[in-house]
Amino acid sequence: MLDRMHILVCGGAECKQSNSVALRDKFNSEIKRLNLGDDIKTLLTGCFGLCALGPHVLIYPGETLYSGVKLDDIPEIVEQHIANGKPVDRLLFKGEFDRKKFRNRSELTFFARQKRIALRNCGVINPLKINEYIARNGYEALGKVVTTMTREETINEVKKSGLRGRGGGGFPAGLKWEFAKNSISDQKYVICNADEGDPGAFMDRAVLEGDPHSVLEAMAICGYAIGASIGYIYIRAEYPVAVKRLDIAIKQAEELGLLGNNIFDSGFNFKIEIRLGAGAFVCGEETALIASIEGERGMPRKKPPFPAVRGLFGKPTNVNNVETFANVPVIFLKGADWFKAIGTEKSSGTKVFALGGKIANTGLLEVPMGTTLREVIYEIGGGIPNKREFKAAQTGGPSGGCITADSLDTPIDFDNLIALGSMMGSGGMIVMDEDNCMVDVARFYLEFTVEESCGKCTPCREGTKRMLDILNRICEGEGTLEDLDMLENLAYMIKDSSLCGLGQTAPNPVLSTLKHFRDEYEAHVIDKVCPAGVCSNLTNYVVLENCIGCTKCSRNCPVGAIEGKVKEKHFIDLNACIRCGVCKTVCPVNAISTKPEHWEVA
Amino acid sequence: MFNLVNLTIDGVQLSVPADFTVMKAADSIGISVPRLCFLEGIHEESNCRVCIVKIKGQNGLKTSCSTKVIEGMEVYTDTKEVFDAVSFNLELLAGNHKFECWKCSRENSCEFLDLLRRFNVDNDFSNAKLFDQKEIKINNTSDSMILDSSKCVLCGRCVSACEKLSGLGILNFSNRGSKTYIGPAQFHNLEDAGCIYCGKCIQACPTGAIREKDEIKSLERALRDTSKTIVVQVAPSVRAALGEEFGYKIGTNVEGQMFAALKELGIHEIIDTNFTADLTIIEEGHEFINRVQNGGTLPMFTSCSPGWVNYLELYYPEYIPNLSSCKSPQQMAGALIKTYYAKKLNKKPEEIYSVSIMPCVAKKSEAKRPGMGRDGYKDVDLVLTTRELARIIRHRGIPFKDLDPIRPFGDLASYTGAASIFGASGGVMEAALRTVTEILEGHSTPVEFNEIRGLKDIKEATYTVAGMDVNVAVVHGGAAIKEFFKLLKTTDKQYHFVEIMGCTGGCINGGGQPIVSAINQEKYDVRALRTKVLYNIDHNTEFRKSHENPAIKMIYDDFLGKPSSHKAHELLHTVYKERKYYDVK
Amino acid sequence: MKTLVELKALREKSYKEMYLHGVTNGVRIQVGYGTCGIAAGAKPVYEAFLSEINSLKLDNVEVTQVGCMGECAFEPIVEVLESNGSKTIYCLVTDRIASEIVEEHIVKGNRIDKYLLSKIKR
Repeated sequence: MLDRMHILVCGGAECKQSNSVALRDKFNSEIKRLNLGDDIKTLLTGCFGLCALGPHVLIYPGETLYSGVKLDDIPEIVEQHIANGKPVDRLLFKGEFDRKKFRNRSELTFFARQKRIALRNCGVINPLKINEYIARNGYEALGKVVTTMTREETINEVKKSGLRGRGGGGFPAGLKWEFAKNSISDQKYVICNADEGDPGAFMDRAVLEGDPHSVLEAMAICGYAIGASIGYIYIRAEYPVAVKRLDIAIKQAEELGLLGNNIFDSGFNFKIEIRLGAGAFVCGEETALIASIEGERGMPRKKPPFPAVRGLFGKPTNVNNVETFANVPVIFLKGADWFKAIGTEKSSGTKVFALGGKIANTGLLEVPMGTTLREVIYEIGGGIPNKREFKAAQTGGPSGGCITADSLDTPIDFDNLIALGSMMGSGGMIVMDEDNCMVDVARFYLEFTVEESCGKCTPCREGTKRMLDILNRICEGEGTLEDLDMLENLAYMIKDSSLCGLGQTAPNPVLSTLKHFRDEYEAHVIDKVCPAGVCSNLTNYVVLENCIGCTKCSRNCPVGAIEGKVKEKHFIDLNACIRCGVCKTVCPVNAISTKPEHWEVA
Repeated sequence: MFNLVNLTIDGVQLSVPADFTVMKAADSIGISVPRLCFLEGIHEESNCRVCIVKIKGQNGLKTSCSTKVIEGMEVYTDTKEVFDAVSFNLELLAGNHKFECWKCSRENSCEFLDLLRRFNVDNDFSNAKLFDQKEIKINNTSDSMILDSSKCVLCGRCVSACEKLSGLGILNFSNRGSKTYIGPAQFHNLEDAGCIYCGKCIQACPTGAIREKDEIKSLERALRDTSKTIVVQVAPSVRAALGEEFGYKIGTNVEGQMFAALKELGIHEIIDTNFTADLTIIEEGHEFINRVQNGGTLPMFTSCSPGWVNYLELYYPEYIPNLSSCKSPQQMAGALIKTYYAKKLNKKPEEIYSVSIMPCVAKKSEAKRPGMGRDGYKDVDLVLTTRELARIIRHRGIPFKDLDPIRPFGDLASYTGAASIFGASGGVMEAALRTVTEILEGHSTPVEFNEIRGLKDIKEATYTVAGMDVNVAVVHGGAAIKEFFKLLKTTDKQYHFVEIMGCTGGCINGGGQPIVSAINQEKYDVRALRTKVLYNIDHNTEFRKSHENPAIKMIYDDFLGKPSSHKAHELLHTVYKERKYYDVK
Repeated sequence: MKTLVELKALREKSYKEMYLHGVTNGVRIQVGYGTCGIAAGAKPVYEAFLSEINSLKLDNVEVTQVGCMGECAFEPIVEVLESNGSKTIYCLVTDRIASEIVEEHIVKGNRIDKYLLSKIKR
């Protein structure tokens, strides 16, 4: 169950200065006295580092920080703020709160551990009203950049921030901008890659639907820095709400003169147009995206030349992901140093994750780089539902790999995930439990890449298809041990010799699951058994002891393979059973299992 | 790009210009990296992944065709890792290939087969029990060419060749992933897809996926049909390239052996298309003079290239009045064969089986055009490309290199130098000028017109003839045709006579000529070498102007009467019609 | 807009209009209107709020659409911001619950615990 509120008292038990223990106890007793419920937790936390003004109390949600809190203040805080939601103004901390100094390792809520930078305005402003964006300091960064900063200074600020591409590549954004700036041409372009094709990823969609102006402002800043006057947003047609809101946002920005000619009277011109994708995952690859805008078939092109040198229509072009752009205005508002201080040494800032799969709190969350997987999955994500065990978390979508339980304490950042055999990708994170078959998972991702491969280069076009042929046979019970070797060899060859990122990363889910769950593969090919009970040819359906004899399964079985009298344990005839899974789905008491350990029961 | 870069390839140190790719650098020291999709200047997309090499310090394997050399680079082209990866890629391609090498049009010129041999590739992916078999798509309703996906390696060279050399872009990738195939949009029938049959795609294809419609069997059957007398004509360009199929260097004249081989095949009646080339000049020359003197439509365009005629009918039908009404030499010869020659042989036209050997695939459909025959028979019954001739010679086991050269004698076999240069871009124009200038000036005029020779896309010149400035132009290749019409529509200059060829370089580079591999296309200037053969023949021929050919005088005296006579019009001239493509009802 | 000064003026004016953090009096009701919210049924919720506010003639209450708040599993989500700085998040809201929220919370000032995001039992 999610806690309703967290009250964090600084100092920890060791601190002599803060009487944090007494403060905590007083909070608890007041809360109990007013009967406010046991979903309000008071916790001792680490040192805030603001000792001169302490002790501090931080209340979530809302990140309300009180300083100089005395024991006598607590009843007022509890009655006014905790019970009635009204912060106590006189106790509010009046200075700048440096997040980095706050080392909090104890239990945290969904909101506490999050740091919404890219999502700062999502769920806060009405995306159809430019004034609300402006109210939250919108377009101030652009104004500052074009009126007081040179192009070099602008790029240096982005470089200093350490911002890395959020679309999957993780390439330093400032460096990318610099390449484009250094190319000499009469025309340059900025492109926002809003093609977001990873299955299960919707981070970019949230930003585009909830805060479109942040992207527009960032693109204009980029245009200024590299010397481009035209920007394109390439957005997948499957996001009609986002397309519409972007369209309105562009028009509103143009009306106010924030896009168009002579922005802020600086002589800088920048206009943005929208281009729709047409249902091809591969068009998320920057050169394929460029080809698509040019009206060509969306197939990647060899690099070099890189888009920064020769891109759209042969001109220098900078392509960045939506989330990368969403971070840019904040870097100029709060400073590159502020941004660099968040996250880890080599991966600064935050990352938005789309949490899905077997997890209690599915949805979007944004955390500083360096947050561990355990924190994301258990603290913020709420853990695995239905009392199941965690098995693996897939990051990076069809380009990524799975992370197992023994790596849950890895701090999330670009390099750590690659070291684990996965990658950050765009931020999709799918959690799997013991009911997921990892061979089937690999097959699912490979089916996707086989479908989406553009067909231009041999290894991806032919190789991934052959890998899929093999996986299909394995899941149907016709695989051999030699197939596993062939799978691995094909995988490494495809990784080594494919033309673009799609092919180079398509084998990752297979390689990753082979590495961490080889026993499952071997069960499929040697024992012809699917341990997770997913692959229908390799599993048996069995009625367990807790059957209540409601007859729902036998009534729904399409082939009449289940026998049993009312209120008596039912029985499945495995010769007639076609493994369709309907019985398991309709059983109201989870009395039908496919797990191999239950097969003897029958 | 003057700096030199030092690098090491397979342990060998070398210095090459900084703009060299690793592949080119390796080639320069005799290390030939395997390649499949690379076609210099036409297709450089690095998509086959066969030319991959290991570069020290870089992850994975990199394509040598796209990687520029860098100072200090260490390249390994043949490690076990590279060998295994290339073999794997080739094996993946083999899995989709329908191997029919013994009867394939590329039996001795298949770049894919060469690679499979080089790497001793297995063929495990062709096992239908273990791996899905790809759907085969065949486009074979046209008279000239076949697209066959079962041989396609999806290199994309044909797509680029059609786009860059013919300026049309008829072919492209369709579908996606493992279902990708190449063809016209919607895989429409080629004959309705706007294709002009220039065959540049065939010349670019490394396998038999795009090929001429193979009609060798028709000749074999006809040879065994006792009711037919076979008469064969051979185009000017065939003799300049046929030798390449038998190991001769590019640019060798094998005219004598070519005729000897035809005789060995069992063909007794052999004539030379060069003869009707001369005839074409007479007819066309008179047509031109007539237009100039009587206010006819100018400029006049030549009409002997069916690829060009297709282009005009499809894309510039408004210029049909500008086309010369003359048939091509092939069709003029066919008409004479079925009438004049048949009578000489004492045979009825239906008893004659008229065959032509051409450097061209478009000629196969030209022969089937309406008006190319009469009374229910066609003037040319069968067109074989140079390649098909070579195949039938090879299959029969005829030792081409050992044959004694012969020359066919007879009325329809003698030619002038003007005729022999028809196969070169500018040749038809030069031949016409030699005759037209002499007729109009009334006295002997120069033989050679160098301004219109050579490989420039659009060549222009002005010659003063009988007091008039005649503006001529010579255009070759679809892309150049496109440019020329842009020019024509915007210029004030009045052109009078324009030679247009569907193939860049002219017929010597036709779609039916021997295939030159991608590597050799880089090494040799094929067009220039073959063209030289024709100008050499011209130089060494007794008569060099069409109207000087005694046999020409004879054919008019004996049969046709005079140029543009009623009979000449009936047999030697034709009409054109606008054509639509993708005309879906 | 040609200068940063103009932008600043617009910012301050807009900020006041947004009813944030007790700067002005009034209530701001935010309905999550990303595709996730719309798919879960945010439209009838939004319309219910509008209709209730209008019929009760509550002039100091603004209903607005916002983007995705992140707790997508519990959409439709509604956040109520009051001038004293308090923020309340309701989840799994329906049009009926929307009316209830107006009556109980907006008019009478009582939070409805059972619809709170933090009270959700899994």
